[in-house]
Amino acid sequence: MASLIAGGVDCDVHPAVPHLTSLLPYLSDYWRDQVTTRGMVDLVSQSYPRNSPIVARPDWRPETGKPGESLEDMQRHVLDPFQLSYAICNPLYGVQMVFSEDLQAAFCRALNDWLVKEWLDRDPRLRGSIVIPTQSIDKAVAEIERCAQDRRFVQVLMLVMGDTPLGKRALWPIYEAAERLNLPIGIHAGSAYHNPPTAVGWGSYHIEDYVGQAQAFQTQLTSLIVEGVFVKYPRLKMVMLESGVSWISPFLWRLHKFWRGVRMETPWVDRASLEIVRSNIRFSLQPFDAPPEPETLIRLFDHMQSDELVLFSTDYPHWQFDGQDALPEGLSPDLVRKIMIDNPHATYPRLM
Amino acid sequence: MNIQFREGLEAASPPTTKTAIADCDIHPARATRTELYPYLAKRWQHHLEIYGVHAYQGMMEGPPYPKAQPNASRRDAYPPEGGPQGSSLSFMQKQLLDPNNVQLGVLNPLNTGQGIRNHELSAALCSAINDWQIDKWTSKDKRLKASIVVGNEDGLSAAAEIRERAGDKNFVQVLLLSRNVEPLGQRRYWPIYQAAEEAGLPVGVHAFGFGGNPITPSGWPSYYIEEMVGHSQCQQSALASLVLEGVFERFPKLKMVMIEAGFGWAPSLAWRLDKVWQRLRSEVPHVKRPPSEYIREQVWWTTQPMEDPERREDLFDVIKWIGWDRLLFATDYPHWDYDEPSRVLPAGVSEDNREAFYLGNARALYGIA
Repeated sequence: MASLIAGGVDCDVHPAVPHLTSLLPYLSDYWRDQVTTRGMVDLVSQSYPRNSPIVARPDWRPETGKPGESLEDMQRHVLDPFQLSYAICNPLYGVQMVFSEDLQAAFCRALNDWLVKEWLDRDPRLRGSIVIPTQSIDKAVAEIERCAQDRRFVQVLMLVMGDTPLGKRALWPIYEAAERLNLPIGIHAGSAYHNPPTAVGWGSYHIEDYVGQAQAFQTQLTSLIVEGVFVKYPRLKMVMLESGVSWISPFLWRLHKFWRGVRMETPWVDRASLEIVRSNIRFSLQPFDAPPEPETLIRLFDHMQSDELVLFSTDYPHWQFDGQDALPEGLSPDLVRKIMIDNPHATYPRLM
Repeated sequence: MNIQFREGLEAASPPTTKTAIADCDIHPARATRTELYPYLAKRWQHHLEIYGVHAYQGMMEGPPYPKAQPNASRRDAYPPEGGPQGSSLSFMQKQLLDPNNVQLGVLNPLNTGQGIRNHELSAALCSAINDWQIDKWTSKDKRLKASIVVGNEDGLSAAAEIRERAGDKNFVQVLLLSRNVEPLGQRRYWPIYQAAEEAGLPVGVHAFGFGGNPITPSGWPSYYIEEMVGHSQCQQSALASLVLEGVFERFPKLKMVMIEAGFGWAPSLAWRLDKVWQRLRSEVPHVKRPPSEYIREQVWWTTQPMEDPERREDLFDVIKWIGWDRLLFATDYPHWDYDEPSRVLPAGVSEDNREAFYLGNARALYGIA
């Protein structure tokens, strides 16, 4: 494996909310009462069943509780051994599945405050993503503006499968706020399950949902590019988290061919999609979905025609690699430095 | 792309000077609205006149995403005698088959009985389309071969249609579309695969169709380009479903052809499936081997629309990872995004690979001498 270097930025770690009751101290009296009197249960998404092998590495799985719920474990498993300068916390608690914008806004606010108190305040290497209630654009923007006052929040977090394609204009106030406040939009694997998790309907299996994340990222990239998000917000960065990377180039070849054919339909798109991706889109490293042969990896990175697209991630505590082998074989020392340090800092202006 | 068709051009390049090719995705059209009526019972003719066709999408006429050109077809493909593009055999011969020396042309009719909510009507229309393919096309030009179009949402009636046509040399495959009510690996479609395997016919899965699901996993997109690019994502999900439901394990002689959805994504999908299967195989014990093995052995890909990298040689890496023996050349005639046979492969491809790509693989798969 390529050698890790000290001072890297892990762009995708997942602190777990132990239980909905963990958020009670961060809810208003009204919502605390709602949660308890209505008997609301823990918000666990089907995207990440707690005992699924992919959800925690065997040696990262605690004896009790949810994988990722202990700061001490995270320090011992990744922050210390990988000698990280920063790790960006992306909570995957199932608040996006809620339909009521009021309830969702209350949960998101509590989740963000919980992250500050239970994680960011307890380790100076940790940074946070703002989870937003997308059922209401107004409330989402308000939550971004509220949390952004804390410089330790470095991005806004959305799921790759929500209610609508992410390029849709109704969502643009979120992007306006993010660009204005120097916050990239992190788009993470997972579904609100408000739509079937594949474009051809409901599959049968968890494995099918997980494989399907890559196709969801592809349709979202198309949407973001052709709707013109980056024409309107040229400084906005978006980071595809837990997306896989080996599909990027063939996907862009196809998008480019059709854009050349039917660009009259979206005349505001003034640049080739590969150029837009180079300037505005980044991808987290894990899960690295290419075969282990270095020669294949070298070809894949060459196809991307850029060494700035990929950002280091362990995807802690998910099981994407073993031991310290977070970097696939075949990366040059220069590329390792770009992936672990330079690219994350160029992407997240609030890391300093 | 649109190509100006001129008499002089044809004279300058007689077919005998061109290497023979197979075109594995040709779309024949009806010249008139009622062209299928002779093949339909009176009951269904009346039904169509009064109620029309209710699909799994809202538009009574035309597609919900307006095409880039009328009928998504080349502007130069209107037959001189009138009718829509692709509706005249003589003009198809003159514009496509003769000048390109097409030795094998596989017909994939669209806008048939597939994706219709009334499953009885669906079966009747599909059967009619199959009769029509013989009468209007394959019986009149031996280069053309038909696809058995089946009522996709009713596996049993679809299987019956396949069994009825099995052994008829006019047909070389069974045709499905990628977007259905459920992902294609689901049990409701298994009778189709069983009948196809028994008949020794590949199942082609062509991009398009409607099954009532939003065409992205995050809802309905806005634009035609999103639908077109998105066909490759729909196809990936359909193929993942076929692998993970164990269709290839259950029907080991079944061959499937991914039609008009690109192929550049195939290696990445196979790698991803393998990697995730290593972790989660206990959930799908019926998938006994790494998913990439089933794909490598049982799946073929038509080429159009070829992915188009800035550096053409990058595509060769992808073809090498898939296998030169698994690609089937296709033009998609008469559609606007037609791939011109003489331009899709740059120099530097070996003679063997070139022959396999343009003709050999298709002849072997479809059993054409």
